[in-house]
Amino acid sequence: MMSTSILVFIDQFNGAALPASWESLGVGRSLAIKLGGSVACLVLGSGAQRVASEAFAYGADAAYFSEDPTLTGYRLEPYAAMLTKTARDLAVQVVLFPTTGRGRELAATTAIDLQAGVMPDVTAIDVQDGQLVVTRPVYAGKLLAQTLASGPVQIVTTRTRAFEKPLADPSRQGSPQAVDAVLPEADIRTRILELAAARGEVSLGDAAVIVSGGRGVSNNPALQPPAGLDEKAAEIWRAQQGFKLVGELAAVLGGAVGASRAAVDAGYVPYSHQVGQTGKMVSPDLYVACGISGAIQHLAGMRTSKYIIAINKDPDAPIFKLARFGVVGDLYAILPAFAEAMRKRLGK
Amino acid sequence: LKIVVCIKQVPDSAARIVAEGGQVVLGDALLVINPWDEYAVEAALLCMEAAGGEVIAITVGGEGARDILVKEALAKGCSQAILITDPALQNADSQAIARVLAAAIQKIGEVDLICFGRQAIDGDMGVTGAQTARLLGLPFISLVSAIPTCGPDVLKVERSIDEGRQVVETPLPAAISVGKDIGEVRIASFINIRKASRAVIPVWNLADLGLQTPASLVSWPAVTNPPARQVTTEMITGNSPQEIAEKLADKLMAEKVL
Repeated sequence: MMSTSILVFIDQFNGAALPASWESLGVGRSLAIKLGGSVACLVLGSGAQRVASEAFAYGADAAYFSEDPTLTGYRLEPYAAMLTKTARDLAVQVVLFPTTGRGRELAATTAIDLQAGVMPDVTAIDVQDGQLVVTRPVYAGKLLAQTLASGPVQIVTTRTRAFEKPLADPSRQGSPQAVDAVLPEADIRTRILELAAARGEVSLGDAAVIVSGGRGVSNNPALQPPAGLDEKAAEIWRAQQGFKLVGELAAVLGGAVGASRAAVDAGYVPYSHQVGQTGKMVSPDLYVACGISGAIQHLAGMRTSKYIIAINKDPDAPIFKLARFGVVGDLYAILPAFAEAMRKRLGK
Repeated sequence: LKIVVCIKQVPDSAARIVAEGGQVVLGDALLVINPWDEYAVEAALLCMEAAGGEVIAITVGGEGARDILVKEALAKGCSQAILITDPALQNADSQAIARVLAAAIQKIGEVDLICFGRQAIDGDMGVTGAQTARLLGLPFISLVSAIPTCGPDVLKVERSIDEGRQVVETPLPAAISVGKDIGEVRIASFINIRKASRAVIPVWNLADLGLQTPASLVSWPAVTNPPARQVTTEMITGNSPQEIAEKLADKLMAEKVL
């Protein structure tokens, strides 16, 4: 039987793979062609068997899973132990992860166990002389670093949306194999006490469309805040009215709501929406920047978006230089009209 | 509690950084504390205030990194600061740095809690915290957003995950990385910065830590500037917001973006 050269961690939650997982598996498939050998994947936690059975269609030659109770909620220690053991048992050369919160720390941790170099958040992968040569954005994408890892095992996390999700091939089928948990509960120090899932929002990293608001979203002098608010509270109230318009456009386009650091720091929206160097790095098909001037930290986080639309009062705002379409004007008037125009065209 | 916070000096996020001849050129970029590490310092100080004890800030860097130990650690209330510097660490990768940090934490001894930022904004690796914890055999909890219980024997934290929030408990010692939602960070006063600048900061090299040069597995043989964005900006104008919106919608549909 052909030896396994590549192991892919499929990140999943309650029986649904994170989209970035299939992108990683697609990368694994194309690397296997260049390196030789076959591709195995590992799926852990509740719902893992179902996800593992889907993995064949996306390119896996073998799919291992465990739904052991110790793996039900994600914890680093038992998950890392499973990955390390599987990678050792299969004697793989490459371990791939999606760059999710879990993927990045598992990659870091298994790299220590396997004495391997780890190259996180890569946007391109090549093979030269049987070794991986990857491209990683550094300094928040201001530069690209060609990166190598020496040693017999290389660990990579693939940036979300940087690689195509493979088309599911229903003719590829197989039976997932159950594997035993490595760590007994008594050897795991962390305990999960509570899990509060976020309200079904589209996650920024996975979103094909992002509509973002900046400081400019609070600048509507026509709005009269309710009596009794102090200056700061009135500003936040104004901004929230503006972000409602941002959210309505995002809903029409089926996208997620983003924000600039200025908007987050001013308290307009929670930090989880922040796009940029100290927020999320995003790469959607369409990015609509509303009232965002385009500070270098923000541009670094969204410059790889396919199409950018900028709406801003200031014709000199740097964001226009990256935009395919620009509108100089009042976003309070433009956004509702644009949402309506798109609603008609998309039949919503 | 004995708390260690690991911080790093990096070019300011607003700096223009370019590649020349395959090398990173920082130009006259201001060097500052890694913005993520400010939250780690804040979390360490909050734990110290809640549970008592001390916070020791450590950094690996050149002589210039002393600056962040003074202004961002000691002046904000950290009890001690240590600079780790060695010419042999010039091209160290994250894993080599993790080995150095792990050795320093062992030398400090009896550390209960180690705080890291989420990632450094220069190399954008985001692995050093998890790797240091693994080398020390400690549990690692990432992206902590609140610390309801800190010691004496257990740590209870809230953390952000892709699907929402988790509340996790672990016995101490343990390591965490801290997210921005831990809260607003304190600002050091001028008086405290002046006081802190007179503090004695021990300097450790690899020999002090009993280490040979740790192996670096990852290297960046070349850096390049990203390809310029090929875009011709088309400004959409009109006599009314509706007219502009209709034109913009037609253009967007024609580009088949959606």
